[in-house]
Amino acid sequence: MAEVVDARGLSCPQPVIITVNAIKAGDQDQLTVLVDTDTAKENVSRATNAQGWKVLDIQPEGEGYQIKIAK
Amino acid sequence: MKQFLSTRWGIIAVGIFIGIIASLLQFWGNPPNMGICVACFERDIAGALGLHRAAVVQYMRPEIIGFVLGSFASAYLFKEFRSRLGSAPIVRFVLGVFAMIGALVFLGCPWRALLRLAGGDGNAILGLLGLTVGIWIGTIFLKNGFNLGRSNKTHTTAGWIMPLIMLGFLVMMLFSPPIAGENQSRLLFYSLEGPGSMYAPLAVSLVVGLAIGFLAQKSRFCTMGAIRDLILFKQTHLFGGLVALAVAAFLTNLILGQFNPGFVGQPVAHNMHFWNFAGMSLAGLAFALAGGCPGRQLFLSGEGDGDASIFVIGMIVGAGVAHNFGLASSPAGATTAGIAALVVGFAVCAFIGLTMKANTA
Repeated sequence: MAEVVDARGLSCPQPVIITVNAIKAGDQDQLTVLVDTDTAKENVSRATNAQGWKVLDIQPEGEGYQIKIAK
Repeated sequence: MKQFLSTRWGIIAVGIFIGIIASLLQFWGNPPNMGICVACFERDIAGALGLHRAAVVQYMRPEIIGFVLGSFASAYLFKEFRSRLGSAPIVRFVLGVFAMIGALVFLGCPWRALLRLAGGDGNAILGLLGLTVGIWIGTIFLKNGFNLGRSNKTHTTAGWIMPLIMLGFLVMMLFSPPIAGENQSRLLFYSLEGPGSMYAPLAVSLVVGLAIGFLAQKSRFCTMGAIRDLILFKQTHLFGGLVALAVAAFLTNLILGQFNPGFVGQPVAHNMHFWNFAGMSLAGLAFALAGGCPGRQLFLSGEGDGDASIFVIGMIVGAGVAHNFGLASSPAGATTAGIAALVVGFAVCAFIGLTMKANTA
């Protein structure tokens, strides 16, 4: 079970900051990021690629999205 | 279209569109180097409502109304409308007030700083440098854990309030058309001279505002974010839009004969370099802490973000404060009271930035 980064309800640029921090923590090769806006979804996806990680899957969840990312 | 707008070329296209339209708006009647200025136009709205009585800056700017309503339409069309609020609203209000005070010491928001540069106003360079430094200070707070906390999903009605306020402004405007030679028409105040008396035809301003609001909602166009992401993440996505706006406005100005390079005698501007720099630094810091430039806050207001709406209201009230207490600069320069307000504003932003480290876990 991958670690979950909950970025729901956070405004720019917090979703990207906490996602990048979790990536840089280095103890996971897979993360699940929860966001509640399309802006955050796009920003997290872009930041994931910039960190050399990949977006595996994006699923709608509740009012937002569940983004699975991996090294 | 939906996909295109969120790509790199999408945001560049939106920047080009805004740049060309802004220069054209000047050609069609808006004040020089002020085709679109979110801070100035919200200040004019405060004047039209009588929240301040600076006679030269009173006009219910339809562009601002269009930004919110255009974004509202886009958010519904693309199924992105989400009613949310509760992320430190009172703090966002105060940040809005000081963002406006800083912007009015410089005389413009980031959009206008770019448009002033594109029109040849060298003083804009100081403003843009100040904006960058202010945002850079904001990124230091962000790196140290600054966070305004989470918003919560709420009633759809709550997200409709700001678009409805803007619709109300439009109705007031239709009900109170300007009367030649009169500074008041039923509900609204009008300027008989100065920047507030210069405006493109209502329908043109409104349609242009709607179009920009529609495109910017989907592309996430944000001038503060452009500079912040460059500093914080070395990411150039939004920056492309900012550069595109400036270049497009510059080229359009050249064609229309609106490019007049220099530092002295520039329209609705002063050349006190340090205060141009410091005013925009305060504004940049407040935008960075609040998470968006004034334009972006309007687009967020349209897609249901009640906290962004509070920031907008803060800016409008801030314009009232700025003019009632003589904090706003004029072409004669910055005022002593305005300089004092900048000091207070930096202290308030530092207090907020240092102490608000909400737990995001």
